[in-house]
Amino acid sequence: MIFIKKECLHIWRDRRTLIILIWMPIVQILLYGFALTNEVKNAKIAIFDQSRDEATTMISDEIAASRYFSLVKNVYSYDEISATFRQGTIRMAVVFPRNFRYDLLHTNHAQIQLIADASDPNTANMLTNYATSIINDYQQTLNPDQSLPYTINTQIRMLYNPELKGAYSFVPGVMALVLMLVCAMMTSIAIVKEKEMGTMEVILVSPLKPFRIIIAKTIPYLLVSILNIGCILVLSVFVLDVPIVGSLWLLIGESILFTVTALSLGILISNFAQTQQTAMFTSMMSLFLPTLLFSGFLFPIENMPVPLQVISNIVPAKWYYIIVKSIMIKGLGFSSIWKETLVLVGMTMGLLGISIYKFKIRLA
Amino acid sequence: MGNEKVITATELTKRFGDFTAVDKITFDVEKGEIFGFLGANGAGKTTAMRMLCGLSLPTSGSATVAGFDVYKENEQIKKNIGYMSQKFSLYEDLTIRENISFYAGIYGVSDEMIKEKTNSLLKQLSLEGEEKTMVKALPLGWKQKLAFSIAIVHDPAIVFLDEPTGGVDPITRREFWGLIYEASERGITIFVTTHYMDEAEYCNRVTIMVDGRIDALDTPANLIKNFSAKSMDDVFLQLARKAVRKGD
Amino acid sequence: MQPIVVDNIVMKYRVKKSVVDALKGISFTVDKGEIFGMIGPDGAGKTSLFRVLTTLLLAESGKAWVDGFDVVKDYKEIRNRVGYMPGKFSLYQDLSVQENLEFFATIFNTTIDENYNLIKDIYVQIEPFKTRRAGQLSGGMKQKLALCCALIHKPSVLFLDEPTTGVDAVSRKEFWEMLHGLKEQGITILVSTPYMDEASLCDRVALIQKGTILSINTPKGIISEFKKPLWAVQATEMFRLMNMIKEDPAVESCYPFGQHHHVVFKRVTDGKEKLEQISVKGNFADVEITSIEPNIEDCFMALMKE
Repeated sequence: MIFIKKECLHIWRDRRTLIILIWMPIVQILLYGFALTNEVKNAKIAIFDQSRDEATTMISDEIAASRYFSLVKNVYSYDEISATFRQGTIRMAVVFPRNFRYDLLHTNHAQIQLIADASDPNTANMLTNYATSIINDYQQTLNPDQSLPYTINTQIRMLYNPELKGAYSFVPGVMALVLMLVCAMMTSIAIVKEKEMGTMEVILVSPLKPFRIIIAKTIPYLLVSILNIGCILVLSVFVLDVPIVGSLWLLIGESILFTVTALSLGILISNFAQTQQTAMFTSMMSLFLPTLLFSGFLFPIENMPVPLQVISNIVPAKWYYIIVKSIMIKGLGFSSIWKETLVLVGMTMGLLGISIYKFKIRLA
Repeated sequence: MGNEKVITATELTKRFGDFTAVDKITFDVEKGEIFGFLGANGAGKTTAMRMLCGLSLPTSGSATVAGFDVYKENEQIKKNIGYMSQKFSLYEDLTIRENISFYAGIYGVSDEMIKEKTNSLLKQLSLEGEEKTMVKALPLGWKQKLAFSIAIVHDPAIVFLDEPTGGVDPITRREFWGLIYEASERGITIFVTTHYMDEAEYCNRVTIMVDGRIDALDTPANLIKNFSAKSMDDVFLQLARKAVRKGD
Repeated sequence: MQPIVVDNIVMKYRVKKSVVDALKGISFTVDKGEIFGMIGPDGAGKTSLFRVLTTLLLAESGKAWVDGFDVVKDYKEIRNRVGYMPGKFSLYQDLSVQENLEFFATIFNTTIDENYNLIKDIYVQIEPFKTRRAGQLSGGMKQKLALCCALIHKPSVLFLDEPTTGVDAVSRKEFWEMLHGLKEQGITILVSTPYMDEASLCDRVALIQKGTILSINTPKGIISEFKKPLWAVQATEMFRLMNMIKEDPAVESCYPFGQHHHVVFKRVTDGKEKLEQISVKGNFADVEITSIEPNIEDCFMALMKE
């Protein structure tokens, strides 16, 4: 369609913006180097207690009572542990073997297994560290004057990301961020630029339907986004060694869905902004920052105070981040993420509906 | 009008790469003169004016403004001139008095002088009692007149006006020129560019720039006679039709 | 119904807390094939009126029809058939001449070839530059391109909002010649301009100031409405002369007009002798006094004062 062609020409000829659109995601991916230490609080954990004796109960209580952890479930099988991790409900599981206390008292050795969700390696590390220190404390209380100390070994297993690569949590986060930025911000700016230049006036006084104007404005950015997704994935797999464990097609499909969500947001903003500066600023404030803060990739959401957790639910990036992590890192299929997908679809329809309805067919 | 020359220019030239925007222009302006600088857009008027204001260094040639050399003493020039254009506006969200204080302050006018000037300015423009009015509430014509008065609030030797009467209603335009005349009588030299040809006739002398050169320099009356024209408009069209460079 | 009918349009703008009356009850009609000029300075309301008629803004009250269609209810019909050239030309700066034209042709569901004969005389002047980006054209060329883009779909009515502002004098003349060529093809043209001298190039004009129409008539008609005799006086020391004339209580108005001052007296009987008295009193030399026909600007200023 001629309008789409025109839009593509605009983007192609605006060299500076083009550089930002294509290079920035690549640069971001390659330039990671942030180390974040967040305090972890109330991380959701499960306990698989195969002994159910005095010792295990004491340790469990200590762990559960700690402010770092919040016991949500007691599980009764390894399968259940796997399932719970897949659901994403817990960050760590504590497993006590059978005859824990017996082994401890009679052989002075016992083992506790800590299984952590390492798709966010930083958090996983911290959680296992906290748990280990609690266990060590208990160990101390057992050994005030013993000559032969009781030792409890903690065996740590990092799920999904055994090498604790930062990139694993980072890549999905960057994908969410980049798509949000490119689609929403740039789309809103493109539409508002038309208003600012005065050409919007001329286009409105033509047979062109507003619906078509919107579509034409967004399709080039959709294409650029697909290109960006491709670049990021290629770089992640080949340069950063982040695997795509699950289905590539599903990943791409969900990414396109998220792109459309972001585009709808961009259109919505452009309806209300009168200048490019306003559009840019609004995009920054309402899209970029919340995505950064609330998607969960920089700061785990469970660590936030409850009101903020509620807010994070309306940030589309949060749902997308979960989806990407699930597919890329955990290798899960659609059945695990249908809920999040539905949320995104719902958001998209809502936003698109409002944007098209509110599109100004007049200047004021 | 004395014979003291406040602006002199000799073969003043400005080149941007291969493009010669201003091509060896030579002229001078006497004290108290109203000097009109005409030409199509793109003929080089704005570039020439910027050189004289000390805003842009010439490529070659020489010029002095208020006795100061445009190459070496351009800071001095800026202190001794006033400037007003359509784009250079007052601060809309400040009051009249605040605007006066601000601009006068930049030029180092003392506080008592500012007070005195504010009063006389308001009187001259029939705006007594309005010093606390926001500039944005004034109609366009008043804004232009106010901007002019503020441009000369520090009694500069020369004031440069860049298309000051664009888009303004015909009565206000003439009132504006009344202010220009009064300033001229006070000894301020006026260097003005305009594309209203009838305004060219209010000037003592005018030049017409075409393709970077000065193609005419004389009093309006003489130009009309020499070109056998009916009005300055006609003179201008005759010269502009020869132009190679269709300006922007 | 005539191509453009405007009935008591009122428009207001809300700027933060204050309300600006942009149009205070405008009414007029334009006949088919007419060039109708809206003449007035900035802030008169010209652009607001254009936006109401091209359905881009809603009026506070009043009605208007373009080609028989109501500007509010039938806005889609109007948008399909009019040509609009807003101020600043509104072209795509980073697209070429050719690309701009193709774009506008396509969104109006036509092609450049289909109506080429309509724009040919204008287009040939910019054709040598057809691959150049619109942003790099001179003012005159942008103007021609914008006009072509507005015409490419053979509109029945053309709205041109200040098409000659910021353009060199030669191009301005050429532009009006092009408009007259279009008129021959039966296109109705509503054009606005702040240049009073362009009024005489229209079939009829409306003088507009601060949201009100001062007068609607043919240019000659407006001039004939000027009730009092007009005198042109010239002498040395024009500024002092003007001040002296204005001080005289018999004078209604005295305005500089280039080489002469135009003077109107309060009483029709006063004229040449009065002026001679004043020039003698002031010791002016080289005095010339003539009776002249007013031009549109004289009329506009007289109407402004009423």
